[in-house]
Amino acid sequence: MAAVCDRERCIHCGGCVGVCPKDAITLRETRIEVDSKRCINCGLCAKFCPVGAMRIEDGV
Amino acid sequence: MEYDVVVVGAGPAGCMTAKTCAERGLSVLLLEKDAEIGAPKRCAEGISMRGFERAGLEYNRRYIAQEIDGAVLWSPSGKSVVMQSEESRGYVLERKVFEKYLARDAIMAGAKVMMKASAVGLLKRDGEVGGVVVESMGEQEEVKAKIVIGADGVESKIGRMAGIKTLNVLKDYISGFQYEMAGVSNLDMRKIHLWFGNNIAPKGYLWVFPKGDEISNVGIGIPGTENEKKRAREYLDEFISEHPEFFANASPIEVNSGGVPVSGYIKESFVSDGLMLVGDAAQMVNPIHGGGMSTNLYAAQICGRVAAEAIGEGDTSKERLMQYEREWRETDGKRMEKLLKLRYFLENLSDEDFEYFADVLSGEDINNMQKGKTKFLLKMLVKKPKLLLYAKRFLSG
Ligand SMILES: Cc1cc2nc3c(=O)[nH]c(=O)nc-3n(C[C@H](O)[C@H](O)[C@H](O)COP(=O)(O)OP(=O)(O)OC[C@H]3O[C@@H](n4cnc5c(N)ncnc54)[C@H](O)[C@@H]3O)c2cc1C
Repeated sequence: MAAVCDRERCIHCGGCVGVCPKDAITLRETRIEVDSKRCINCGLCAKFCPVGAMRIEDGV
Repeated sequence: MEYDVVVVGAGPAGCMTAKTCAERGLSVLLLEKDAEIGAPKRCAEGISMRGFERAGLEYNRRYIAQEIDGAVLWSPSGKSVVMQSEESRGYVLERKVFEKYLARDAIMAGAKVMMKASAVGLLKRDGEVGGVVVESMGEQEEVKAKIVIGADGVESKIGRMAGIKTLNVLKDYISGFQYEMAGVSNLDMRKIHLWFGNNIAPKGYLWVFPKGDEISNVGIGIPGTENEKKRAREYLDEFISEHPEFFANASPIEVNSGGVPVSGYIKESFVSDGLMLVGDAAQMVNPIHGGGMSTNLYAAQICGRVAAEAIGEGDTSKERLMQYEREWRETDGKRMEKLLKLRYFLENLSDEDFEYFADVLSGEDINNMQKGKTKFLLKMLVKKPKLLLYAKRFLSG
């Protein structure tokens, strides 16, 4: 499990980076990158996302 | 490569810090990871006249989109209170141009700017931060510096790399969503407009900031804790469709979103040996309205000056750099703490309370409240025991 970003919805504002307690998210210029090894599935990024692009997904 | 100062991030905070350092004779490198300064825009572009002038900026029609002479506050049922005073004057900017001009000012003062250049690591020298690792166009290089300044916004990694706790918590972190729209009508376009109400924008507010020529920023900000069941975006879409009197002929020309840190500022230290944080990276945003430019630009001027003085004295230790932090805490920092308490008070208000305020408060009362003058509130709230309780809590601390 890990957080995943739906690229169709994401407008790469990077807001989710600021709430990640494990520093697992990085905003590349036009894409959110999640380090699944660091992600602890806390879901804070998903709760924050203004457009609902981040979610926790099984089996990633 | 070696510079006196490397500034990471060319937002308002980074550009102003770079300019201040360069004006004082330092060699400065300003790094921006994106391909354009000022874009993507994560902002409603409003700044108070006071904030603008305090930053030493001058009127320029290339980036001032609209002059603002007041604010209209709307209750859930549509009652309005108009604030029109010296303090509520300001500008709505064209930030994509404004930020490029801030970068231009830094360059004219002698700073170097590098685009598509991301700081990906810190260098250490005798235990102090001594530079950054820069990744640009697929290549890495080391840039040495006496001081590294993290102006890398809410996505700040520089602070974390140096062991500073920059993490935002959901209750003090606004989930923001906005359309820039053309065709908004029936609103006084020389004023900014703010709507309150628990079904409109729970614990936050919704705004229209006019930019002239029938173009406006129409957006919403709610705390991350309120964003789970229904998203900021859904609240905004609903409001737009329920208010054809303003939006029937309007359509978006741009979509923006972002996180706004509204904790007041990082309470633990935001400097360390050879390193300073400034702007959103240090959470220096007005907790009431979520505006960061005024406070960020002000902090950047202190940050740049102290960096120059410290380098002049050959002492870039945390102790020396703490002067910046102290000056901030004693000035804007104090104000932010008061406003944070005011925000917690406002978050408790019910729709009925908002209606009551709309009936009894004048624009001037609200202005006084913002300045921290709140004694009159107690008198007014005697009739509302529950509110009085909340108010006492925030007035007493
Ligand atoms: C929806 C919304 C509305 C807002 N409305 C207003 C408003 O009306 N008025 C107002 O004053 N404020 C407003 N704000 C807040 C304001 O936008 C911020 O406070 C302000 O932009 C912060 O400036 P900054 O320079 O600290 O950071 P930023 O503007 O975020 O700049 C940081 C820069 O650093 C770059 N960067 C990040 N990491 C790296 C790296 N590792 N290497 C190189 N570069 C890097 C980024 O690309 C970015 O350009 C709003 C915010 C939001 C989200």
